[in-house]
Formats: sequence, C-alpha cells, structure tokens
Amino acid sequence: MTATTERAVGQPIGRIEGPDKVRGAARYAAEFQVGDDLAYAWVVQSPVARGTLRTVVVDPLVEPDDVLAVLWHGNAPRLGPADDPELAVLQSDRISYRGQAVALVVARTLEAARRAAASLQLEIDEEPHDCLLRVDHPSAYEPEKVNPGFPASSALGDVDAALAGAPVTVDVTYSTPALHNSPMEPHATTALWVNDDLVLYDSNQHPPGVAAAVGALFDLPADRVHVITEHVGGGFGSKGTARPNAVLAAMAAKVTGRPVRLALPRQALFSMVGHRTPTIQRVRLGASADGRLTAIDHKAWGQSSRLFEFAEQTAVTTRHMYAAPNRRTGHRLVRLDMPTPRWMRAPGEAPGMVALECAMDELAVALEIDPIELRVRNEPAVEPESGVPFSSRHYLECLRRGAERFGWHDRDSRPRQRREGDWWIGTGVAGATYPAMVQPSTARASRLPSGDYEVSIAATDLGTGARTILTQIAADALEVPVAQVRVRIGDSTLPMASVAGGSSGSASWGWAVTGACRALRSSSASSATFDSSELVAQQEKDGKHAFGAHFAEVRVDAVTGEVRVTRLFGMYAAGRILNPRTARSQFRGGMIMGMGMALHEESVLDPAMGAWVNHDFAEYHIPAHADLESVEAEWLDEQDDQLNPMGSKGIGEIGIVGSPAAILNAVWHATGVRIRDLPARLDKILPYL
Amino acid sequence: MKTFTYRTADDVSGGLEPGATFLAGGTNLVDLMKLGVATPDVLVDVTRLGLDQIGDLPGGGLRIGAGVRNSDLAADHRVRRDYPVLSQALLAGASGQLRNMATTAGNLLQRTRCRYFMDATMPCNKHAPGSGCPAREGDHRNLAILGASPSCVATHPSDMAVALAALDAEVRISGPAGERTVPVTELHRLPGDAPERDTVLEHGELITAVDLPPLDLAARSAYRKVRDRASYAFAVGSVAAALQVTDGTVRDVRLAFGAVAHKPWRAHRAEEALRGRPATRESFRAAADAELAAAEPLRDNAFKVTLIRNLVGSVLEGLS
Repeated sequence: MTATTERAVGQPIGRIEGPDKVRGAARYAAEFQVGDDLAYAWVVQSPVARGTLRTVVVDPLVEPDDVLAVLWHGNAPRLGPADDPELAVLQSDRISYRGQAVALVVARTLEAARRAAASLQLEIDEEPHDCLLRVDHPSAYEPEKVNPGFPASSALGDVDAALAGAPVTVDVTYSTPALHNSPMEPHATTALWVNDDLVLYDSNQHPPGVAAAVGALFDLPADRVHVITEHVGGGFGSKGTARPNAVLAAMAAKVTGRPVRLALPRQALFSMVGHRTPTIQRVRLGASADGRLTAIDHKAWGQSSRLFEFAEQTAVTTRHMYAAPNRRTGHRLVRLDMPTPRWMRAPGEAPGMVALECAMDELAVALEIDPIELRVRNEPAVEPESGVPFSSRHYLECLRRGAERFGWHDRDSRPRQRREGDWWIGTGVAGATYPAMVQPSTARASRLPSGDYEVSIAATDLGTGARTILTQIAADALEVPVAQVRVRIGDSTLPMASVAGGSSGSASWGWAVTGACRALRSSSASSATFDSSELVAQQEKDGKHAFGAHFAEVRVDAVTGEVRVTRLFGMYAAGRILNPRTARSQFRGGMIMGMGMALHEESVLDPAMGAWVNHDFAEYHIPAHADLESVEAEWLDEQDDQLNPMGSKGIGEIGIVGSPAAILNAVWHATGVRIRDLPARLDKILPYL
Repeated sequence: MKTFTYRTADDVSGGLEPGATFLAGGTNLVDLMKLGVATPDVLVDVTRLGLDQIGDLPGGGLRIGAGVRNSDLAADHRVRRDYPVLSQALLAGASGQLRNMATTAGNLLQRTRCRYFMDATMPCNKHAPGSGCPAREGDHRNLAILGASPSCVATHPSDMAVALAALDAEVRISGPAGERTVPVTELHRLPGDAPERDTVLEHGELITAVDLPPLDLAARSAYRKVRDRASYAFAVGSVAAALQVTDGTVRDVRLAFGAVAHKPWRAHRAEEALRGRPATRESFRAAADAELAAAEPLRDNAFKVTLIRNLVGSVLEGLS
C-alpha cells in the first residue's frame, strides 16, 4: 500500500448532490421528461373500510376529450401473483380498508384525471368493519414469526415465580398510536413501456427489489424492468418495497400505450403506502432491592390488515437489552379492516423501547436508584438470550459520557422539584440500540479513460448522504482523492444492491464497494466486480448492535400542560463514523422524529368511519423548527473489526430508539405525571398539574 | 379540482352570480378547492379593489382594509402600540409565508379545520348539509365546547378574529343591497341547524374593512395561544384580553376565547363578573368559570374548560 491520500472516510464531506438539490436541478420520480404524450393518473380510493365493489359507473360526459382510461377490477389487466397482496391492485372486488385503491383514471391532464375520478360512481356493498386494536380482541393471535423472521415468543427461566418473589416490581402498559412515515417526497412513479420492457422512474429505497416485484406482476424478469431512482426525498421505510403507485402507473402505461405519471397526493400516503402499527405493550419487571433485574416480561399487541400478516417485532429488542435470569417476550396480532402496516424507522425497536425504557425509569423510581445506575447494574456480559458475545457494546460508556456532557450528576431524582415561572422543568434518560446488520450486495469499479474511476451499485440515497459516503469509501479503497471517484447509484441495472433499510445500506454497499475497488487496484483490468454474498453469509449475525443513550430536558407549562423540549442529547457508540457531517444529521433527524413520536405524531383513528382522520401536515403534526431548541448528537470512537471492512454500524434509525422514552421520562421528572399513552399531549397532562 | 372561471372584481358592490365566490389571498379557499370541499364555479378576485390600506378613523381608532395582508397588519406600528393583542394574535397564526398572502377579511372568513369538514369523502353537515356529523362521536378533541349544536361541533380556527372580538371591532360590508356594519362578534353564526352557513353574510356581500374603535385599555392587551406544537398549528385554546386595573380593582376588561366555538367567543359574562372585582388570579378564574358554566364538552374535549380557565387567570395576571 502506498500512502498517497489522506483518508476520505471520517471526513465531514458535504453531500455531493447538495448543490443540485439546492438549485432544483436534482430530478425526482415525478419530474423526469419522458416525451410529449405523457398521461396522468389519479387513484380512486375506497370510501368504506370493508365491502365488495360491485361496479364502477363512468360518466362519459366528464372530460370526454381527455380521459384515456378508467381502470378497475372489472376491466384492469390481470397481474401475476403478488408476494405482497397490496400490490395486486384492481384485481379483486374485495375492499379491505378505507383508502384502498379501487379504480384509476388516466387522462391527458392531471386536472382531467382528477375531475373524472371525482365523478365516478362506485357501487359498493358495504359490510360492518372492525378497525380498533385492543388487548381483549377475540381474534388476537400469536403469529408464527415476527419481522424479519424472529420467533414470536421467547422464554428463559420462570418469570411468574420471579415476579411473585421480587421485592420490587413494575407492571405497566404503554400504548403507541399508528404513525405515518410522511417523507417529504410523496410516493411517485413515471412509467413507460419501451417495446415490451418496462421503465419506471420511481421513488423507492430499493430499485432492484422494485424491478423484481413489479416485473413478476407483469410476467417480466427483473432485468426487463428498468427502475431509475436518482434522488429520493425520504422514505423512512415506506418505500422499502414497490408500492401500489408503481404497479398502477405501469398498468396505466400498458393500457394507454403512453408514459404515465402517478404522484400520490399527501392524503393517500396515509392509507396506501404503509404505517407503523399501533401498539399496546405490557411490561413487567421484577428486581431485587439492590436493583438487579430478576425478571423481564414484555408482551406486545399490534395489528395487521386482512390482506396479509405483517407482524412487527415490537418486543424483540428486550431480548438483548438487559441481563435477567428469568425473561419472556411475546407478540399478539389482530387482523383488522385497515391498511397493512409496513416498516417505519426502527420498526419494532422504536415503540418497543418506549415501553421498556419508560418501565426501567419507573423501576428506578420504585427502587430509589438513579436510572443510569439501574442500567449499569443490569448490564449483560453476553447477549442474554442467545449467549453470543457482543462484537462491541459500549452502552454504559454512552450513558456515562452522555451524563457528563448533558450535566446529569447533580440531578435531584425527585419529580416536580424544579420550577421557573410557570414552567416545571425535568430531565430524563433512556437507552438506545439498533442491530448492526449487513446484507449481500455487488459493486463494480471501473477505470475511466480520464484516469478517474467509476463505481456502480444499485443503491439509493434517500437524502441521507449514501452517495457521498460510498464515494469516500471508494476513494480510500482505491487510494485516490474523492474528486477522482464517480459513484453511480439509483438504477436497477447497476450491480445488485440490498435495500436502503434496516440501517444496513452503508455497511452492505460499502462492503461491496470496498471489495470491488480493492480488486480493481490489485489488477490491471479495466473493471472489477465484487459480490459480498459469501462473506456476509459466513458472518455471525447475533451480538452485533449499535448502542446509545438519550438525554432530554423538558419544560412543562403548569398553566397549559404544553411540553417543550429544551435539550435533547444523544451519545452513540455505532462503530466507525464514516462522515461526521451526514452522520450528525442522521442521528439528529432520528432524535427529532423521536421527539415527534413522544409529543406530536399521532394518526387519529375514528373507529366508526374506519379511518385515520388526520392526513396532511397541518393535522398530522411532526415537530416544527420552533420545537427544536437544542438537539445535539455525539459519539464514541468505537472500534469493531467483526462488522465489515469499514468497521461501521448503521446509524439511520438508532436516533429514534429511546429518544421518545427519554422525553417521556423527563415529563414525569418535571411534573410527576406518567404518560403511558403516546403522544404526551397537553390534554393528558393538564388534569394533573 | 373542479373547473372554474376567474375574473377580477370591478367594484365593491358588484355582487356575485350564483356559484361564484370571492377570492383574496386564497390560503384557505384554494386548499379547500384542491380537496374538493369548496367547488365554486367562478372566482372573483378582490385583491385589486384597493382595500389594502390601514387608515386612521376621524374619532380615533383604525380602519383596516379588508385586503390588508396579515403580515402588514401585524407589523403596523399603530396596531402594535394601541392594540398589541391583535398583532400578537396575527403572529401566532400560520407561517410567515401564509401571513404574507392572507388578508384581513379572508382570515375572518376562513373555514373550520374540523377533520371531517376538510375531507370531502366524509359525511359533514357543513360541507354536505344533511349528511350527518361524525365528529360528535368521533374525533372532536379540538372541537367546540360552547355554542355547538347536534348538527355541528366545529370551531372557528382564526387567531386574529379572537383579538378583534375582544376589541369591539366592526365589520364593514358592501353588497348589492347597499352597505351595512356588523360587530365582529355578530359576523359569525352559531351552527344551529344550518351549519353550512358560517356567517351572516349574504351571497354577494363583501367585507370592505374592519374598524377598530378607540379603546384605551387595549394598550394593555395580550393574546395567548395554546397549540400542540410550538409553531404552525391551530389553537387548541386561546385567550385575547385587555385589562384596566385601578388600585387593585378591575375597572374594565375585554375577554375573548378562541378554538372553543363556531365563532370567536366574546366572554361577556366573564367581563361582567370581573368589573369592580379585585384583580387577583382567583377572581380572574372565577370570571372564567362564569363564562364556562355554559360549556357542554364532548367525550374528549373537556380539557378545554380547564385550559381556558387557566389561560384567563394567567393572561389577566400578566396584564395586571
């Protein structure tokens, strides 16, 4: 090796595509120019939660010159079998939830499509529906597995006996509402058929996956579906697989023989593309008087649709967080007349750690032990349920260093002690964790005639900085400056990449990129390809997690119950940080989303109407700038050589894990009010002030 | 969106053809058109009628043109000096971009944010008379506790209107039948059995100005808005107040509540209960109770009674 370059990895390089985005030059799925005969599609959604669509009556006098097609199950092309029944659009007369796509209007203009869609008469036989998740639901059942393949339950020792014999116990139920991912860029597809091949400009987190899924529906191999995903304005899991918009656009393009654009309106994102399941979670903890856990019991209820079983892994994190000889986790699922839940940033971990980390705080109070000290006393030596050693675990260091940086040491542990004017002030802490996952990917590195290098992989950049980080990784592996590296991503025809999900993108793609670049350096060929599948398959999967600690200071208005977060601080141990600038943004973004989960975000269900009734950014509240008074993230320099060539752990999701609990614990410390039903709205706090 | 035609208004008394509606800043109307909740055939743009000035009234007070932008009104030095409650209320609403577009009359005439009203696929007696009101049994956490009816529990969402209600403002109206003036507290209706009608305006009538009478005690006035996030959210409760205290006794007071009713709620009963009383938090809260005795909260919005009572105490204490 020659030390020709300063290492690029670890440098705070700005996003490569940043200038394009600022100038408006970056193109998103609904912005590509695809010829002068582009048509526009508008989705007609079911106005009822359950029933049968008998027929669709079209008024031929509405926009007669511009309407090109009105598709519904009675006339839509037949699709091949779908692994994801949500993609079998317009194939059945069954209505499984309110907001389900039941028809599609294609017209020369968006306005004509919309107007014609509004004029359609849907003849529906409506049936009584059931949309409310509850613990005593008669059809609650235990799924065989929870995502992405964990056993639904786990048990060690005798939990009931340990709880019965514990001097101190906590038995609490926390509930979290349905949440919606709400990326800035709505789901959108521009579809066109070139001969018999399909081209999709589509906003998603996994172009090869979308190509395969949509291809299967149209009886095409994946290599005849070309998915272009140059830029993505956020996904948070809701774009992890093909969504109905891609299938509907492709279908409309096939029927009309024109390119078709379908951009879902914001309101449709609240039914058609997924959500985080609401949860109800019972956590029971037993401890000795000196604060050692003798039992942990975590049982979670979630929901899925009639269409298929999506079983979120709500209680799985509890399996490796704390030591306890007796432990049990379990999941129950209720199938309702509602849309299918999907992944949303830290699916399972985010709601699961609300219950566990708030329950730990409640236990610390019951024991009269500092909540950090309680966690110190229950630090496991190995993964408690698998027995596998951690590849690295610096949880306690995060708690201790975070406590120093945040200023925890002189905290009065009693609630409702600090008052400034009308404000009650308090602080809270909670742990954070997220699995360090890696998936097989392939990359290609090539020498360009100019002397520069091109690195290609079918990855996507959701706005996180993935393109930039891959450039840094490639530059180091090639031992050239970043200016000599061009990274091509966002195209399904490039070498196969794994999904931008599970905080695994950088690790998975970076591994393949490193391999390809190293192979190219050690050969005189013009290009080299590297597939990480074998190496990834050989890896031990258990025992690999990022950890962190979240600290919050809140003030609660004694007059109104309003909560404001004055400080939110995260300290993380997440392997090697590849780019401190984009990493800080990822961590802070997760923490802000955690603030939203704790205080603001809530999809409000009207069980009688079978719908979430708030479905735009005016009514579905995410934190506004004014809510962010101080949000800071720092990290430890963690070395872990058992992960991947970069030594990195994923950081896209850990910020939302535990940060809501830290805020809720701080609300309790400020006011003495325990909010166990998220979000902590003022009307829930006010009666107790 | 339904196809519509657009024209500019020639003068303030031109009236409107059936199916037509006036367009000013469009910050609410255009949204509702996109949602299919408002379906006018014709938009008549009134932003070029020259109604965009703030003038001094001969006997004191201000005449605010109907077309004055919310941001300009909030920044006007006379408003800030003599009617701070109005400036504060305006700045508590919406966002900078929206305030730059929204007008005085448009703000008054904005429609409820009731989630059923805003969704054309839902039943709603306001957007589809006779279709029913799911809010009463459904989502109503942010809906009315005062003056509601079996057919509608919507709230008026404006902050500005609450301040105007406290300030005894008068609305100047022009229409085919001539001109008239209505106190701002009588502009909006209670829903009764005709919730589709927000105000007493007849079709074709146009608000041309809002008059603020001289009101000495308004120099000590304040607006307090409570919402679910720090910015860019509609109120879940608000109080506009002006207070004059002499020797520890309330000499005069103006009070109005927001986000509690189909209209900005002028709290006359509370005012009466306060005049001549000691300026203490106890009497402020007792006065609020006098007003809120008429409250008929629904399953999920009883907290507003506590919230408004607390706010009245806090805001008046801050002014005394």
